[in-house]
Amino acid sequence: MYELAKQALLAPAGLGHQEIERVLGRLVEGGVDFGDLYFQHRQSENWMLEDGIVKSGSFSIDQGVGVRAVVGTGTGFAYADSISMPAMVEAAGSARAIARQGQSGAVALGRPADVTALYQPDNPVLAADSAAKVDLLRTIDAYTRSLDPRIGQVSVSLSCEHESILVAASDGTLAGDVRPLIRLDVRVIAEQGERRESGNAGGGGRYALAELMQPTAWQVFADEAVRQALVNLGAVDAPAGTMKVVLGPGWPGVLLHEAIGHGLEGDFHRKGVSAFSGRMGESIATEHCTVVDDGTLANRRGSLSIDDEGTPSACNVLIEKGRLTGLMQDKLNARAMGMKATGNGRRESFAHLPMPRMTNTYMLAGPHDPGEIIASVDDGVYAVNFNGGQVDITSGKFVFVASEAYRIKNGKLGPALKGATLIGNGPDVLTRVSMVGNDLKLDSGVGVCGKEGQGVPVGVGQPTLRIDGLTVGGTA
Amino acid sequence: MSSTRHLQAAGMQDLLSDPERESGQLSDIAAQILQQARAGGADACEVSVSSSLGRNVTLRLGEVDVLEDARDHGVSVTVYRNRASGSASTADLRPEALQLAVEQALAIARHTQPDPYGGLADADKMAEKVEDFGVWHPTMLDMDALIERAGQIERAGLEFDERVDNSEGASVSADASIGVYANSHGFIGHGRHTRYGQSCVLVAQDSSGMQRDWDWDDQCRFDRLAAPTATGRKAAERSVRRLGARKAPSGKTAVVFDSEMAMGLVRHLVGAVSGGNLYRRSSFLLDTLGQSIFPEWVQIEEHPHLPGAFHSSSFDAQGVATRPAALIEQGVLRRYVLGSYSARKLGLETTGNAGGVRNLIFRPGADSFEELLARMGRGLLVTEVMGQGVNLVTGDYSRGASGFWVENGELAYPVEEITIAGNLRDMFGSLRAAGSDLETRRNIQAPSLLIDGLTVAGQ
Repeated sequence: MYELAKQALLAPAGLGHQEIERVLGRLVEGGVDFGDLYFQHRQSENWMLEDGIVKSGSFSIDQGVGVRAVVGTGTGFAYADSISMPAMVEAAGSARAIARQGQSGAVALGRPADVTALYQPDNPVLAADSAAKVDLLRTIDAYTRSLDPRIGQVSVSLSCEHESILVAASDGTLAGDVRPLIRLDVRVIAEQGERRESGNAGGGGRYALAELMQPTAWQVFADEAVRQALVNLGAVDAPAGTMKVVLGPGWPGVLLHEAIGHGLEGDFHRKGVSAFSGRMGESIATEHCTVVDDGTLANRRGSLSIDDEGTPSACNVLIEKGRLTGLMQDKLNARAMGMKATGNGRRESFAHLPMPRMTNTYMLAGPHDPGEIIASVDDGVYAVNFNGGQVDITSGKFVFVASEAYRIKNGKLGPALKGATLIGNGPDVLTRVSMVGNDLKLDSGVGVCGKEGQGVPVGVGQPTLRIDGLTVGGTA
Repeated sequence: MSSTRHLQAAGMQDLLSDPERESGQLSDIAAQILQQARAGGADACEVSVSSSLGRNVTLRLGEVDVLEDARDHGVSVTVYRNRASGSASTADLRPEALQLAVEQALAIARHTQPDPYGGLADADKMAEKVEDFGVWHPTMLDMDALIERAGQIERAGLEFDERVDNSEGASVSADASIGVYANSHGFIGHGRHTRYGQSCVLVAQDSSGMQRDWDWDDQCRFDRLAAPTATGRKAAERSVRRLGARKAPSGKTAVVFDSEMAMGLVRHLVGAVSGGNLYRRSSFLLDTLGQSIFPEWVQIEEHPHLPGAFHSSSFDAQGVATRPAALIEQGVLRRYVLGSYSARKLGLETTGNAGGVRNLIFRPGADSFEELLARMGRGLLVTEVMGQGVNLVTGDYSRGASGFWVENGELAYPVEEITIAGNLRDMFGSLRAAGSDLETRRNIQAPSLLIDGLTVAGQ
């Protein structure tokens, strides 16, 4: 991977290790503790079908180099949107404004790290020709419309991305990665009388486009989008109040991402602003709960062979049998807290600074049959699909928004409910988990996590969970 | 193209001290792309070129946290060929990269399908005159000046109250950006603005736990920014007043949305009457032109030519002339928000809103904010909402919220971990009053609003 990244990023500009060592040496002159260069080239292509025709397509190329100088916990940052020696030198001059005085520094890069590749370095932009992609969208459209006469509007989009990155740092780090990313989305509007409802489904990951182009792969998304829209045509007002909530497996794991994950990112702990600050080792969940952040799953949307600081990704245990055991760290925050970087240093692009971010966050399976969990609830809500969520990491309050849910009465599923926000408190929500299903599932590959204006692809997952007390924001 | 090479090398000062030249270089690039698209077989083409620079400083607990210099370029091009379109974008302004972008857009257009509604906006709708709205006020600011100011902001906040004992930092930023839009009708429009911002996020703590809140300001002139101490103190005050928050009682209640939250409600209105959602039948306000959406006293107008406002422009994202016009008049929806594509799809005329609305203003009422709370008497003041629980297809609205419980028109206690829910159509119809406290710093400007009959889920 390193060799491929080097070919894509350094060779065209005529840059070699000597030039990089020279820039890094200049960057970490006098008073700078750490510096790094992040080279990136990203190619992306999008196709969109609407009203039965593939009406738009776009192509873009972004490339550049981000230059960072760290003094203590302070960072100087600049970037250039072209990869060349003069541009790097200028950016390095700006970034080292963080340090006041200068003396000569010398940097020796290590050998490129041996990294286990978690995905093939395919380029999905080139993997199929445009005509095949356009045909795929039209085929999906025709299939989706054929599923039910109530489906009025169908839109289908395909996005393909191919990214090469290379990191060189004053601590000797030298690493590269080539990351494909594909995603297909189907959105429908169903109409019946006066009612109109939407349904969405999609997925993807860091795998070959040929796989996603198989009917067995995309039909699942089309079927699912239509099913959701039709279910919602018959939905009744959701209840309002605090009640037992059963969450389905897979994507509802967005609960863990919001309620737990963000609060365990190292930067918030270094600053002491997380609702979980100072609670390491404490019990924050029932003993049924073990939660990990795992960047090492092959081919998944949230996975990374190395993070954006060159640290290999890992399976980090955040909560073990209810006890808080781990944080997610990047280099700066790990160093400031005397901990190790965990492979969670991520950035949206060369023009953004890295921060501790999640990869694939999920809860391990428990002992219960999902049917048994639903049957155990006398009065509550069963929520299986979500639109995403948000958290205030300081107060710990989080929301996630159900887009498909059902009433549970006397252990039986009742009518479908209209979408509603669920709200809870991160530090205590997992203390209310009374049953954990044996059906761990990961999401289909659609997650985007936003933090301080930077978006990165992530994954979530969980088994069916019963939570004894979440506030459901309906109107009935 | 030696001029573009020169642009690559141009540093900060050039853009600030000679914006005319920078603008001229962007125009040259736009002209070159239009010419290449035509030569490549495009029937029509439109292009946007932008150049910006920025500087941002964040201080945390008196120490420098981040110093950042940003210099960005962007080109996006859309070509039309036999009514099919293709787009491409790049941040690389070298001639070979621009040529590649045009080729890529043309290659895409060979595969997309003809769309009878596509293409440039009609030539006779192009803006004839491009006015200057006075939002370019360059000020040379070195890092030290920004650091000094950020320090003043944060110190004022930390000293405001002893319960404010932590900080996520104070930031000060300065940005300048220049852009050009051109199309093959021969239209070319320039725009540029400077933007200075400051913000502060503080954490307050007592035996009840931690709370965080913030304050901000954003102006096109550096000397118009709020006093540093004002921003710091306001952030502190907002954090402290949330301490001890608890759930509110469940049930139907009146709600005051503060001006920032009220802006969100107006944004949902704009989404629901925007062409894209209308032709996709993804709006709860389909076929409502000429109908009463709000009570009769409600007036919402767009003022795209306001002097001194960032979003003012003589032309929209397709070069179409913008004009001041009511959106809601005496509670009645007077028009949709349309670009030329969605207008053609709907069999209507463009409203000059490609790219969105510009300075949309909800006409304020007579009540001060305190009087509005007094008018409500008992209910909820919402100062923050969380999550994406707005369904524009159905109008269903369900959000996480925090704010204050109000008794006898006075703040009784802070509230958190509750939801508020209703349907936007009902909420718009149940507006009871607007405050006089218009938030003028936003593109969509609203005063505080009092609405009856939302459902709160809390205790």
